[in-house]
Amino acid sequence: MTAPGPAVADAVPGAGAGTPLLEVRDLQVTFSSRGRRPVKAVDGVSLDVAAGSTVGIVGESGSGKSVTSLAALGLLGTRGVQVSGSVRFDGEDLLGMPEAELRALRGREIAMVFQDPMSSLNPVLTVGRQITEILERHRGLKGQDARDRAAELLVSVGIGDAVRRLRTYPHQLSGGMRQRVMIAMALACEPRLLIADEPTTALDVTISAQILELLRELVVGSQTALVLITHDLGVVAGLCDQVHVMYSGRIVESAPRRPLFADPQHPYTNGLLASVPRLDQARGTPLLPIPGSPSDTLPWAEGCAFAPRCTRQVPDCLGSPPALLPARGAARGAAREAHLVRCVNPVEDGS
Amino acid sequence: MSLSGAEAQETTLSQPEEARGGLLRDAVRRLRRSPQAIVGATLVLLFVFVAVFAPWLAPYSPTAQDLSQVRPGSFPGPSAEHLLGLDQLGRDELSRIIYGARYSLIIGIVSVTIGATVGMALGLLAGAFGGWVDSLVMRGADIMLAVPSLLLAIGIAALLGRSIISVMIAIGVVNIPVFARLLRGAMLSQRESDYALASRSLGVTKGRVVLKHVFPNSLAPVIVQATLALATAITEAAGLAFLGLGSPDPSIPEWGRMLAETNAYLASEPLLALWPGLAIVISVLGFYLLGEALREALDPKLRR
Amino acid sequence: MLRFAARRVLLLVPILIGLSILVFLFVRALPGGPETALLGENATPERVAQVRELYGLDRPVYEQYVSYVQSVLSLDFGTSITTRQPVAEEIARRFPGTVELTVTAMLIAVTVGVPLGFIAARRYGSWVDNLSTAGSLLGIAIPVFALGYLLKYVFALKLGWFPTQGREDSLMFRNEHPTGFYVLDGIVTGNPEAAVDALRHLILPALALATIPLAFITRITRASVLEVAGEDYVRTAEAKGMTRPVITRRHILRNAMLPIVTVVGLQTGLLLSGAVLTETVFAFDGIGRFLAQAVFARDFPVIQAGILFLAVIFVLVNLLVDLSYGLLDPRVRTR
Repeated sequence: MTAPGPAVADAVPGAGAGTPLLEVRDLQVTFSSRGRRPVKAVDGVSLDVAAGSTVGIVGESGSGKSVTSLAALGLLGTRGVQVSGSVRFDGEDLLGMPEAELRALRGREIAMVFQDPMSSLNPVLTVGRQITEILERHRGLKGQDARDRAAELLVSVGIGDAVRRLRTYPHQLSGGMRQRVMIAMALACEPRLLIADEPTTALDVTISAQILELLRELVVGSQTALVLITHDLGVVAGLCDQVHVMYSGRIVESAPRRPLFADPQHPYTNGLLASVPRLDQARGTPLLPIPGSPSDTLPWAEGCAFAPRCTRQVPDCLGSPPALLPARGAARGAAREAHLVRCVNPVEDGS
Repeated sequence: MSLSGAEAQETTLSQPEEARGGLLRDAVRRLRRSPQAIVGATLVLLFVFVAVFAPWLAPYSPTAQDLSQVRPGSFPGPSAEHLLGLDQLGRDELSRIIYGARYSLIIGIVSVTIGATVGMALGLLAGAFGGWVDSLVMRGADIMLAVPSLLLAIGIAALLGRSIISVMIAIGVVNIPVFARLLRGAMLSQRESDYALASRSLGVTKGRVVLKHVFPNSLAPVIVQATLALATAITEAAGLAFLGLGSPDPSIPEWGRMLAETNAYLASEPLLALWPGLAIVISVLGFYLLGEALREALDPKLRR
Repeated sequence: MLRFAARRVLLLVPILIGLSILVFLFVRALPGGPETALLGENATPERVAQVRELYGLDRPVYEQYVSYVQSVLSLDFGTSITTRQPVAEEIARRFPGTVELTVTAMLIAVTVGVPLGFIAARRYGSWVDNLSTAGSLLGIAIPVFALGYLLKYVFALKLGWFPTQGREDSLMFRNEHPTGFYVLDGIVTGNPEAAVDALRHLILPALALATIPLAFITRITRASVLEVAGEDYVRTAEAKGMTRPVITRRHILRNAMLPIVTVVGLQTGLLLSGAVLTETVFAFDGIGRFLAQAVFARDFPVIQAGILFLAVIFVLVNLLVDLSYGLLDPRVRTR
């Protein structure tokens, strides 16, 4: 694969002053299986996460948002997967790190919460055991000490009657309760980075709101940085400092929350927003779904991957991939790096 | 059975062209790419070919004796005239192995046909009617399955007396509960399927939905099971013959009995035990590989 | 767990009643009826009349069934036509041999099959995996008695490493059999040579018997480990930074055990019937060979009792499997 690079180098979204906690540079992930064409799931993603901040990664399924986080933590396995680029956590390269060191880091410094709490919890172990094992592994807590701490953790995620709950099995809990357990587990060792991969997708709407509220209480404003991966712009709206929108393995727009919602410039971001019903819109405003499906993409090498579905397509969209560049109207000082867009014909104001 | 083979075929073909054709074409394509299927089908074809054309393939009659060359405890081994040597009664071993394929094939096909038709009829009843019919059939199947299959076959064959017919019936009966359960299970899951519900909601009668949609679509696991059951039937028939439950006529070349008869000469003539053993392994392996490959090709859950 | 166990045991009742009816009807389906079953085919008319009287064969069928169940419950299975001994005693005497054989075979199958299947799954697509897949295919395709002959020829007749038949070398040792388990007997009577001798007699038939369960256990272990290793909760454990041995033991194997246990139970039933063939090949004096001889001699009291006995054992083994399932899987016991 010799994809021609962009004519102009990409800017790095989210880069601010000082060393970031997590620094991803030109991450590429390719899946290949025998007899099939290799699939590039992540195609040159760069982003920074500052300590204590909250970052959203948004995109449809298949956009590479989950693969990005799994690759960064070495959770993709080795069979048929090629990962390149660099991922630095606190200055240390995670991709080149010996496996034992990476294992010691996972769960202690970087924790994850997954989408489906039912399938993500081991069905034959008690909730208590699944929390105490991580305390045992990274904190050296054993026996009653570990159980006491696990009970405290359950209380902190809003589970009452914690001592009794420790002895229950995942299938005896409700979906929301299970996700609370997952969060308790993830926060057990007070990690500096929490990656939540679609944490509310498998839950009912009301429960989902509670879980988001819980994440906000526990993480926002604490020392723990949060990366929230979701397909739902509504989820990031209330939580994230910085939002990256991904399409077909690349970041297509990146902005702090307010500019993103107030002034979305990439037609895809715009489409995502237009397809969400909003209370502040006049009655009768039609919802505008994005035409086509995520499978109607162009390889980035041949132009903008979103072009086949784009209503603003111009001849320049094809030929070479557009670069990620500072957005129009965001051209002053530090904010210049804050709003980036990968589009040759961005959406204009008020459209 | 209310459905003959031809009628079942017809209802199968009356499925929406796209879905059926797609499924079948897909299955065939997957089979042709699977080395397992190719090896299995080759072995099965070889076995069937040998069985069907035995009189033309065998160099001698399986019962013709050449006692001049046989002395107690020592029989002429492989030679140019007798490629696999002579057995303890001076018969050509190769010819007996070739004719043995006929008995294995006939026993296998008849017994699996008995098991599959009776089992499917019961499964169809249970799946279509539910209620006490279902309970009765399924509890009966449970009880039969509570006896290990070879043991049940031994009991039934012993009851019916020594003959090839009783071996076929015994193995057939053992297969009944397996097919009954399989078809009922497949029908229950098909009955809840969206297209069955859709047909019902369009006002198609229940019986028609069962016959036109549910039953034909439940056949895939039955085909797989029948292929695998053929493999088991050949092993079990050999086992019953080995125990002396096959035909009482010693001139009939059954692989299992041929193996049993070599017991006394094993030290001096191990090859006489090897040939029938090998013949059983090859035929069983063929059906087994083919069955497993069919399962993978027809089971949508295994598709990737 | 107690409620689960109680319910599971209760479910046995209809199965056992069904089995007893099946076996009761079995002899009544004989040409010549139960008289033939009890006396053999060459009995005099006087004896037949005597037996009809004695067993109440003139009475209605349901009364006969009740008295059959009564006699079975008091462990009276009648008299063997060939040995003229009570069937219950004959079976009891041979049962330890069959248990010794099937337990040894199952031990071989589990201790080899589970690690082999596990390695094959972890090295998916490697030569170990391909070899074990091919081996288990062959193990399923090869009939036990054919393999028995092969083992007997190579390791007993040619190499002379093991004896060709029987359970012990009774001419060499003056053996006592307080338990009936010959290996155990050698140990408890302070006769280690006898124990080793009994073990040597056990190896070849146990190996022959072990192939099929070994093949199935290897296959199911491989499939189960492959499936579990791809589960989300294993990824969670990885994300928690758990060490590889802990993930293997606590997260993969604990979950992968469930289908393996089921297969072990089902295969035990196959071992019991496979013993009929294996014991015959090696002239190993257990229930299987006794049953095979009875089948050949049309000794119906023995066939009837043997089938009932082995079927009940099979049902009980599967009960144990279900109960252990309850212990292993909280979703089962707390449902």
